[in-house]
Amino acid sequence: MTDQQPTGAEIVMKALADQGVDVIFGYPGGAVLPIYDALFKQNHVRHILVRHEQAAVHAAEGYARSTGKVGVVLVTSGPGATNAVTGLTDALMDSIPIICFTGQVPTHLIGNDAFQEADTTGITRPCTKHNYLVKDVDQLARTIHEAFHVARSGRPGPVVIDLPKDVQFAPGTYISPETVTHRTYRPQVEPDPKAVAAAVDMLETAKRPIFYVGGGVINAGAEASRTVTELVRTTGFPCTMTLMGLGAFPSSDPQSLGMLGMHGSYEANLAMHGCDVMVALGARFDDRVTGNLTKFSPGSRKIHVDIDPSSINKNVRVDLPIIGDAGRTAAAILAEWKRRKAKADRGALKAWWKQIEEWRARNCFAYEKTDQVIKPQYALERLRELTRGRKTFITTEVGQHQMWAAQFLRFEGPNQWMTSGGLGTMGYGLPAAMGVQIAHPDALVIDVAGEASILMNIQEMSTLAQYRLPVKIFILNNQWMGMVRQWQELLHGARYSESYSDSLPDFVKLADAFGAVGRRVTDVADVDAAILEMIETPRPFILDMCVDQKENCFPMIPSGAAHNEMLMGPEDRREATVSDEGMVLV
Amino acid sequence: MSDIRRHTIAVLVDNEPGVLARVIGLFSGRGYNIESLTVAEVDAQERVSRITVVTSGTPMIIEQIKAQLDRLVPVHAVRDLTLGGKSVERELALIKVAGTGDKRIESLRLADIFRARVIDSTTESFVFEMTGSTEKLDAFIDLMRPLGLVDISRTGVVAISRGPKAL
Repeated sequence: MTDQQPTGAEIVMKALADQGVDVIFGYPGGAVLPIYDALFKQNHVRHILVRHEQAAVHAAEGYARSTGKVGVVLVTSGPGATNAVTGLTDALMDSIPIICFTGQVPTHLIGNDAFQEADTTGITRPCTKHNYLVKDVDQLARTIHEAFHVARSGRPGPVVIDLPKDVQFAPGTYISPETVTHRTYRPQVEPDPKAVAAAVDMLETAKRPIFYVGGGVINAGAEASRTVTELVRTTGFPCTMTLMGLGAFPSSDPQSLGMLGMHGSYEANLAMHGCDVMVALGARFDDRVTGNLTKFSPGSRKIHVDIDPSSINKNVRVDLPIIGDAGRTAAAILAEWKRRKAKADRGALKAWWKQIEEWRARNCFAYEKTDQVIKPQYALERLRELTRGRKTFITTEVGQHQMWAAQFLRFEGPNQWMTSGGLGTMGYGLPAAMGVQIAHPDALVIDVAGEASILMNIQEMSTLAQYRLPVKIFILNNQWMGMVRQWQELLHGARYSESYSDSLPDFVKLADAFGAVGRRVTDVADVDAAILEMIETPRPFILDMCVDQKENCFPMIPSGAAHNEMLMGPEDRREATVSDEGMVLV
Repeated sequence: MSDIRRHTIAVLVDNEPGVLARVIGLFSGRGYNIESLTVAEVDAQERVSRITVVTSGTPMIIEQIKAQLDRLVPVHAVRDLTLGGKSVERELALIKVAGTGDKRIESLRLADIFRARVIDSTTESFVFEMTGSTEKLDAFIDLMRPLGLVDISRTGVVAISRGPKAL
């Protein structure tokens, strides 16, 4: 029978098919040629050839985030693996389920500094949820199935499987996914009923409550967002979302206070500061959210729902930790609330909303309307209006444009917003948009970009061309690394060290060179027509929106400041208030 | 920062390649402190190893360390022996003392008082083997310094809870 056993490479393809994988993102090389050969001989799995391994991981992230499935990557040894490291770290920080196969030199050469050898498991150990080096082909199928389990269960994350070339050639035994269980890895998903009851006790008596919802709700699946939405509406409490949580609760709902944090809304941050009961659902009290920890929400009792026990009490000490899946826990809280026929403290809640409406009336995202220059906020507002009612997915790069997109675009449901939150990876948006478009061929997929970030993975224009992916690249081109410049203005005496985007390409010609359509807009009057043309064109499209070069992103909690110490606009300069401690923060 | 305390933590892990690197990498990557670390397989059939790590930190840091260890995929169990009831700790040291004459005789006398065993001897040296608490080993080693101490090898702390219950 031995001669009928599948090879390691065939086992990989069979395991992927059995795991329901229909697409992988990758780049071939010497150490993965047997897998590419097996790929060639089958029809279950489609391979998308990227132009750089970092982009393969970001594309898989976009695919995973927009579908709720595991994203799969295949790269070669050495530089293939090291190029993937940024993507893996990004996925780890934002809890995105990824399986990344890396080729490795044959087992007998490991450690010999062979050609294209790198210590991949060593390098990726701190930037993956888990990793494996498979030296025995008979362990390969089990390892792959186990890796999928690890990647998608608990707090999701990237898992690397390093495959020496001889293992890919060797014949071995295949086993199917249902026969594989991990010996010990069983994350707790169901919340403790006692903790749920205690949470409802706190919610019932709350005078100034708030829900603080993060990416954990998105990761818990679309149903979780529906449950959270019902919970928020049933209680009548206000709800703010993190950058990663946008879409978990509909932006258009009057109970939504929008995003909180460094560039979040005035009402969200002041409500967080002034609340008496805070319910964190799948959010991790990130420094971009909390601002100065010692001044963070000083008067509140805090409930923290998280599937990862290490997120509890990491940055902020909480009064009631609940370990569990965000969706299941929200459902349990909702069920307990209904069982008790609980009523919020209506009088107190009314006063709380009155206060919040006063903050909201401040209209913190207001900007100067002008027909002289395209304001980036205006461009995004028009994008929002002209895409209304369409199934639209938004990805972003990293910087000012990302924050403006979070502030000005609207997300009514989960999985429509893909951004690099934790790691803040410039160059994320274009490949992520590719992955989204692969998963949703008929949807409108827009990468909101800056002119600096987009150049970090611009080679993927070629991938768009090859697979005819009609991704729209919406560049807010202010000719500066805007966020760097904004910080230099705020903290470094406006000495703009190396933050000017010099020698930019002609993006229209660049689009043309890659077989895409390119348009440049410099006049406010042309904005709508250009956006409409972009939407209607069934091809990859670069819209080079030449925006006000001086505009900065407000409101802003400067480093080291508290939620109630926001800078509201350019006229609100408080450079002196940035403390020495704040200066060293990022 | 007066609430920094020393904790002994026992960790049961799958004895697989890289597991120790994961644990050590977690400590170095997150800036935690390792005072001592021991590891050996304790169940050959199930391929389970036991790591004993002595660390120090504020209660919040110690809680983080335990939660971070517990979320490593090959980790089965994490127990804080300092918090979880009474436990016993022991360390083993091999201590080489070189010298002749009175110093040599004095080192042997002290070894006898401390219940250290001589496991190697030449006319101008002893190797003592000693088991005990970290403090007892420290005390003996300090006494050996003026008597010709030349080399020390210590295992680091191993610990186990008192009473009939397993980890």
